[in-house]
Amino acid sequence: MTENLLLTIAFAPLVGSIIAGLFGKQVGKVWSHRAAIAGVATAFVLSVWVLKLVAVDGQTYNEQVYQWLQAGSLSLEIGFMVDALTAMMMVVVTFVSLMVHIYTIGYMQEDNGYARFFSYISLFTFAMLMLVMANNFMQLFFGWEAVGLVSYLLIGFWYKKPTAIYANLKAFLVNRVGDFGFLLGISGVLMYAGSLDYVEVFAQAPAISEKTIAIFSGHDWSVMSLICILLFIGAMGKSAQVPLHVWLPDSMEGPTPISALIHAATMVTAGIFMVTRMSPLFEFSETALSFILVIGAITALFMGFLGLIQNDIKRVIAYSTLSQLGYMTVALGASAYAAGVFHLMTHAFFKALLFLGAGSVIIAMHHEQDIRKMGGLKKYMPITYWTGLIGSLALIGFPGLAGFFSKDSIIEAVHASNLPGSGFAYFAVIVGVFITALYSFRLFFLVFHGKERFDTHGGHLPHESPAVVTVPLILLAIPSVIAGYLIGSMVFGDFFGNAIIVHADHDVLAHHAESYHGVIGFVLHGLTALPFWLAMAGVATAYYLYLVKPELPAKIQQRFQWLHRLLDNKYGFDDFNQIVFAGGSRKIGQLLWKVGDQTIIDGAVVNGTAKTVGLASKLVRHVQSGYLYHYAFAMIIGLWLLLTYFVV
Amino acid sequence: MFTDLPLLSLLIWLPVFGGIAVLVNGDNNPWARPLALLISVATLLLSIGLYIGFDNATAQMQFTEQASWISAFDINYSLGVDGFSMPLIILTAFSTVIVVIAGWEVIQDRVSQYMAAFLIMAGLMIAVFSALDAILFYVFFEAMLIPLFLVIGIWGGPNRVYATIKFFLYTLFGSVFLLLALLYLHHVSGSFSILDFHKVGLSMQEQIYLFLAFLIAFAVKVPMWPVHTWLPDAHVEAPTGGSVILAAITLKIGGYGFLRFALPITPDASMALDWLIISLSLTAVVYIGFVALVQSDLKKLIAYSSIAHMGFVTLGLFIVFRIFANSATGSGAELAIEGAMVQMISHGFIAAAMFLCVGVLYDRMHTREISAYGGVINTMPKFAGFAVFFAMANAGLPGTSGFVGEFMVILAAFQANFWFAFLAATTLILGAAYTLWMVKRVLFGDVANDDVAKLTDINRREFLMLAVLAVIVLAIGIWPAPVTDVMHATVEHLLTQISQSKL
Repeated sequence: MTENLLLTIAFAPLVGSIIAGLFGKQVGKVWSHRAAIAGVATAFVLSVWVLKLVAVDGQTYNEQVYQWLQAGSLSLEIGFMVDALTAMMMVVVTFVSLMVHIYTIGYMQEDNGYARFFSYISLFTFAMLMLVMANNFMQLFFGWEAVGLVSYLLIGFWYKKPTAIYANLKAFLVNRVGDFGFLLGISGVLMYAGSLDYVEVFAQAPAISEKTIAIFSGHDWSVMSLICILLFIGAMGKSAQVPLHVWLPDSMEGPTPISALIHAATMVTAGIFMVTRMSPLFEFSETALSFILVIGAITALFMGFLGLIQNDIKRVIAYSTLSQLGYMTVALGASAYAAGVFHLMTHAFFKALLFLGAGSVIIAMHHEQDIRKMGGLKKYMPITYWTGLIGSLALIGFPGLAGFFSKDSIIEAVHASNLPGSGFAYFAVIVGVFITALYSFRLFFLVFHGKERFDTHGGHLPHESPAVVTVPLILLAIPSVIAGYLIGSMVFGDFFGNAIIVHADHDVLAHHAESYHGVIGFVLHGLTALPFWLAMAGVATAYYLYLVKPELPAKIQQRFQWLHRLLDNKYGFDDFNQIVFAGGSRKIGQLLWKVGDQTIIDGAVVNGTAKTVGLASKLVRHVQSGYLYHYAFAMIIGLWLLLTYFVV
Repeated sequence: MFTDLPLLSLLIWLPVFGGIAVLVNGDNNPWARPLALLISVATLLLSIGLYIGFDNATAQMQFTEQASWISAFDINYSLGVDGFSMPLIILTAFSTVIVVIAGWEVIQDRVSQYMAAFLIMAGLMIAVFSALDAILFYVFFEAMLIPLFLVIGIWGGPNRVYATIKFFLYTLFGSVFLLLALLYLHHVSGSFSILDFHKVGLSMQEQIYLFLAFLIAFAVKVPMWPVHTWLPDAHVEAPTGGSVILAAITLKIGGYGFLRFALPITPDASMALDWLIISLSLTAVVYIGFVALVQSDLKKLIAYSSIAHMGFVTLGLFIVFRIFANSATGSGAELAIEGAMVQMISHGFIAAAMFLCVGVLYDRMHTREISAYGGVINTMPKFAGFAVFFAMANAGLPGTSGFVGEFMVILAAFQANFWFAFLAATTLILGAAYTLWMVKRVLFGDVANDDVAKLTDINRREFLMLAVLAVIVLAIGIWPAPVTDVMHATVEHLLTQISQSKL
């Protein structure tokens, strides 16, 4: 592996982005997308090559590209570290990105911002690659914020839409709350490790784990727990964990291709990637791991419930993404990092597939996104239908498909975990299986089966999308089926090598590795296990409620008004944030400005001083009367006073 | 080769005499603008000579010049630069070029006087940064305010008289104490050389009084909370060029003052009273962050944002004592001081750009009310691109210069005290909130009204000035090492100075 190879991978998408972004007008639409696609395709092909070098030839890479800054003995650098974890992420990111690039040709065909859109998604690919290829915390933070920037730009891509520009501001600010914690975590790392370089920091981990810090005087906290929780707060923002999840559903205001690329497959998994990358640190803090486990479990379960009542096709998938991110987080908390990133990978494929499929449906429905106004699309859109079925089955963990392997290994891992909170987490991921199947197939049946409820716009029947849309669907459906077969090496094998460190007493996967005897055995075992039957029950329930007795859901809703209202209000998070944080900040600002600045500082002190000076001069003015005898009198008194002073 | 020239004198007097030349040419002279541009560009090129000829390895004063000025009082014309002043001089020269370009079409009234005021101001400010004699420093420190008062008083907005007087009273209040402090130091050291002041031994009580005098003088300039209320008023009334210089350079003189006077002359008092500066700085970050959020006037919002950003400068300068005390391994002291310096330089570019952006809008719409705008991106896409970029820089996005200083200071603050870092890092949220909320209301959305619908996008002159600033902001963000490398020796020297007690 050479520096030039890695530089080419990272910068090819950037070049494409610059061509499409700055010279989009000059080169035209076609060359804009060609430049962008060429850049990402280059990155993809070379990433596959890198994966081969890592996985087959056993190479790794960790070098500085340039020194960003030096201060004292501290050197902050830009550099690349490539090991199995990085290589896998590079391939996933560039592959999904390439699919989305191609798909965009069809999806954004009519849009005025065509070249701008390509520029943004290529820029995103660059930023995401810098994030996963970083060899130090600073560059990680660079990529971290850069993907946030592109996400901001893309959610607000249709800047005339009030909901879009509300959503992008919200997304940025909520992410900044996470980054606030993340940056403090990085600061803590620097203070206690004296470096921001991964390798140097990880080498210091045992020493750091012995230190304590008194944040509140008298209470000594473990430094490692503090650092890990702060870092994880960053992950909570980016990977949308409760309570920082509120931005993700709203991010659906952006065009569908970026919902697939950024808000499902890649960017939102950055937090999962980060925690996995930091496993040498997190392993030293069971407190942090427990915290992660519980947050992940809450997200996995409660966000899944919200998916049940959404009627916007994209929002259903968005809540599903939240719930699946919760699964990944649970895996991290249980120290099953490999299972977490394995689910990250399979999820990237099938969730991108589902989103792009949803986009295909949206095109056919003339930008109608309400699933109550769809139905029976199976016969009009066969490719979208079959790929959608594959994606849905993969999502619910149907045995043999990708999601089955990754989700099952998470569930098994949590089952084996002994950390505080693991009991609740196990309950959450098990119930989550049923919920996942229910909302997935509710969506699937409402869109593709049953009565045709759509508006035909005067006889225009829906039709299958063009090849630029359907080919990426097919290409994403393939790994959604077969990616699971990598479980042997990725979860139970030594694919990740030293990239992931797990302490022996947390190693929940090792136990399962012993009983793992190939893919077929795993599938057969899955068929007899509880999750499979729960998933089937979910599908059956969906079938019954939405195809057999379609009038039933409304009745249930009638019966459980309070529950529906609770879910419809998304547990009140949005209202709470709007009133307490947004409103509260403005109130505080007004108070400090009107009372602090204007009344006290300006009113009392500054203008008060000016008034006092004015008043004093008014008094003193009387002295300057212009009468000679006044002055003479004053002089005599003055002389007398001075004499008294000196003599006495 | 540059060391042979009296480069600093050239840098001071070229713009001053150039300004006078522009002035005497009269207002009707079509050459007023080109001549001003020529002089400002020549000054910038000369200042780059400072960078090229600068020796990074030493903390000694460089490009020194020495001549007797008022020998009876031992006052000398003594100049020199180190790693703190040199970058600020380049920033001054650069900002002046930008201001000349920014005023090119906008200023139609008394053009030559306007240009002359800024050129003379540039010379005087460069003199402030390069003076090594206390009285020389003080003279220029006061003199540079005169053109600024004139700029606000003549080309300013409707409420300019109130703003000018407020500004004047505030700064005069501060500088009286500075003069007293300098005279006292002469009394003790027998010299007016600032470098001699650094060496003179002082008792704790003397140091405390001197420190408080410096604090009052420089806190007004920075400005630190609670002596900041002149700045929003001054900005609102100042013409665009005035705001640019005010934000980019004038505020930096406060930070520079702490570096040149307070820290090295009164290290023990600085250490004893660091809690005061740290609390005022953190108040600036948090309190002002909230105040900025509710501003309805574009310029006031950016002015408050400036105060919050300058809070990082004073925070960085005064957390070093606690970092020493904690003896952390993260090179926190260097990060803190260099972070403060980088923050000053970066703020010079970003605040200038933000005020120019407001100027671009004001020139077209003649209002600074946020509510008068909405959907500007529809009619001014190029402008919107720049504005979003600078807004992101203002919010401290990595890859822009706005990130570098804040990042360094937050990293360092953690090594002083967790809560310092905690409060400082709230800027990540608050800074993004007030900046991007403004962006949302001004730029995004559908065209809000007929005035916005009639807007025309930036012309080539405006494009040029914003593009140059954007490139610099990006370059420093991607590779700040060239900016910090020139400071290392000076920073180490300062850290040695302040870690040795004078008692």
